Order: sequence, then C-alpha cells, then structure tokens
Amino acid sequence: MTQEELLEQIYKKDGRAFTLLYDMYSKSLYGIIFNILRDKEESEDVLQEVFVKIWKNIDSYNTSKGRFFTWILNIARNSSIDKLRSKGHNNSLKNLSADNFVHILDNNFTATSKIDAIGIRDFIRKLKPKCIRLIDLLFFKGYTQQEASEELELPLGTIKTQNRNCIKDLRTLLQV
Amino acid sequence: MDITEYIGSGILELYVFGRLSDEEMRDVNQMAGEHAEVRDEIVSIEKAVISLSYSFAPYLSAENYERIRKQLLEKHGVVEMKPKRGMSPWIGWAAAILLMFGLAYQYYEYNEVTKEVQSVTKERGKFEQMVAALEIKNSENEKALSVIRDKFSTVVPLEGQAVAPEAYAKVYVNTSKKEIFVDVSGLPPAPAGKVYQVWALKLDPLTPTSIGVLDTTAKTNGILQVDNFDQAEAFGITLEPEGGSATPTLEQLYALGKV
Repeated sequence: MTQEELLEQIYKKDGRAFTLLYDMYSKSLYGIIFNILRDKEESEDVLQEVFVKIWKNIDSYNTSKGRFFTWILNIARNSSIDKLRSKGHNNSLKNLSADNFVHILDNNFTATSKIDAIGIRDFIRKLKPKCIRLIDLLFFKGYTQQEASEELELPLGTIKTQNRNCIKDLRTLLQV
Repeated sequence: MDITEYIGSGILELYVFGRLSDEEMRDVNQMAGEHAEVRDEIVSIEKAVISLSYSFAPYLSAENYERIRKQLLEKHGVVEMKPKRGMSPWIGWAAAILLMFGLAYQYYEYNEVTKEVQSVTKERGKFEQMVAALEIKNSENEKALSVIRDKFSTVVPLEGQAVAPEAYAKVYVNTSKKEIFVDVSGLPPAPAGKVYQVWALKLDPLTPTSIGVLDTTAKTNGILQVDNFDQAEAFGITLEPEGGSATPTLEQLYALGKV
C-alpha cells in the first residue's frame, strides 16, 4: 500500500482507518517511544497519547509537510521527550545518549516479542558501533546534525554522508 | 544537480528522520515530485527505519489496541448521552429541599425544647428556694406563736419613750422554759451603723444587764429570742452603735416597760 492509498483510508477516521494505522505503525512508534523512556507502562501511555494526537490533527497533515511516517515520528519523539521532561530529569535526553537501541536488545526487554523480529535483531547486531550511535541520535532521539557532531566528536560536514552510509548498511542487511 | 549525487548526499535520510529545515524539506518535496528515483529512495529509507524501530520494540499487548481504539472512536464517535426528561430531576430537588427544611425544623424544635427544659429547671430551683425560705419562716412563726400561746408566758408591753413616742415593743417571758422573746415589729428600722440592744433591769438599785443585741437585718417576723434573765423587774430597748454597748445609752431609750 502506498502512502497515498493509506492516507485515503485514514482520512475517513473510522474503525477501519484506526486498525490500519495501528497495524502499520504502533509497533515502530512504540519502539521509538520505548527507546527514549525505557519504561513499558509509561511508553504505553505515551503511545496512546500519540495516537490521540494523530487522530485529532490528521486533517492538518498534508504531503507538503513530508512523509506521513515522518509526521507521526515527530509526534512520538516530541511526546516522549515531553514525558521525560515532566518527570523532572533535566537534559535527560542527553543523559540517555550513551544508551542506544541495541541496549534494549541486550536487556531482554523484548523477550516476548514476535518471532519475526528475531532475524532483524541479528542483523542489527551486525551494524557498526558508530552507525548504531549515529542512527540512535539522529533518528530515534531527534538530534540535529550539529548536536550529533558534538556528541560523537565527528566533523559536522561528514554527519550527513556517514549517516547515509549507515542507513545503506542497514538496508543491505534488511534487503530493502 | 545530478540525481545520484543528490541521493548520495544523505539529505533524503534526514528528510525521513524529520531533521531538515522547512526550506530543505520543500526542496526534497520538489525533487521527489520530479524524480521517481528520489521517491523510491525515500520509501526504501523509510522501510529500513520502520523495520529497525519495529525490531526491538517490547511486546505490545492487544489490550493497547482495544484501549486506544475505544478512546479514539468513542470520544469522537456517535455515543451521545440521552438528555434527562420529565419530572425525575425535579422530584430529586424537591426531596432535597423538603429534607433540608425538615432538618432545619427539627433543629429549631430541638433548640426550643432544650431552652424550655433549661427554664423549667431554673424555675424549679427558684421554687425550691422559696419553699425553703417559707419553711424557715413558718417554723419561726410557729415558735413565736407557741411563745405567745404558752400559758407560762408573761407579756410585758414596752412603751415608746422620748426619742420615739410612737414606738412600742413586747417582751414575752416564759418562766417554765426559761426563755425570753422580744417582739420589735413596733420599732422604727434601725439607722445604718446602729443596732437595738435589749436590757433586763433591776430597779433597786437600777442595774441594767444586756440580754441581746438584735440583728434586725435578719428576715424575721420581728420576734427574736434573747438571753434568759431571772427575776427581771423591767425591760428596756436602746439604740446603740453596731456591736452593742456595755451600758445603755439612756438618751437613745426607745421603749421601756415594767414587769
């Protein structure tokens, strides 16, 4: 299903639209939220909050704002960061920067995950450590290139291309 | 710009990540609109990161689906509360108001009864005091009457003297019981700081003996018992300074009478 076909269904805002939206994105959004919050219950609350925001604001989204996934990714990231701040951890996102998505795999949080994810996990472990950190900061935690360059002590001009190469590696592993 | 070079710059990854400025994003939108390679590249990048985030997400139970579905569809959905009609809300309010008045009335009644009980208790106290006072007075009256009626009593009338010609008094002498009473109801009230003193007299030679200083402030019927004195020949009453005197002040002789 293309984004256009998907959106056509979702704009109807009926039960089917919700099921479609949920099936396609809930797990990914939950992964993004969980990577920031590291608490199952809180992440479930934020996931619900994110779906409410998507549902309420869906009419304000159009393709000039970028990909639909990018739009909901931003909502999920911002809601998680807001939640983190509301808990009173100052700069807690920065404090979390050393902790990345691969640690979640190591900590058995996903012990009950679906079997089909296991293969992907093995691929992820094959990613270069530098790529894991770069993707974690830029994609999952929404760092700017400037922030990521400072955090990882990489030249600012190389961030974009290094990230490109890391995503290329990921795509090769995932065969997409 | 060469499309391969454009794709290789890494801008499309940041586009999918949502990390571009508005201006950069407009550029990418335009390029995507014009070039299918750009569109395909964007979709592939998106698939990769969706799969990545999907892969390590902890188990998400079906309850979440139900919970969120319920919230989204019921909150913005068709279930409407039926407005309440008819008398039922009014009956509720009426009952509440009645109950309120009922309680207020009960409280008022309770206060009134309490007040009544208090005043009745107070009244009873007053009556008891009155009865006690009357009993005392009655016993005094009976005693006085018995003195007067006693066949062994002798009455000695005392006449008013120069300072108070209208004054009079009576002395009752009971020789069998050896008691002497004096009735001073005919004397004017003693001025402040002064008291009446009763004297028994022997006439030859004239010897006055004090038989009592009268406490006229006491509420009596005017008949007071004084000390006994055998064989008195006369009785006199003088006005003396408070506490009485050793000898009578004859200038203040109010009443005098011979036995």
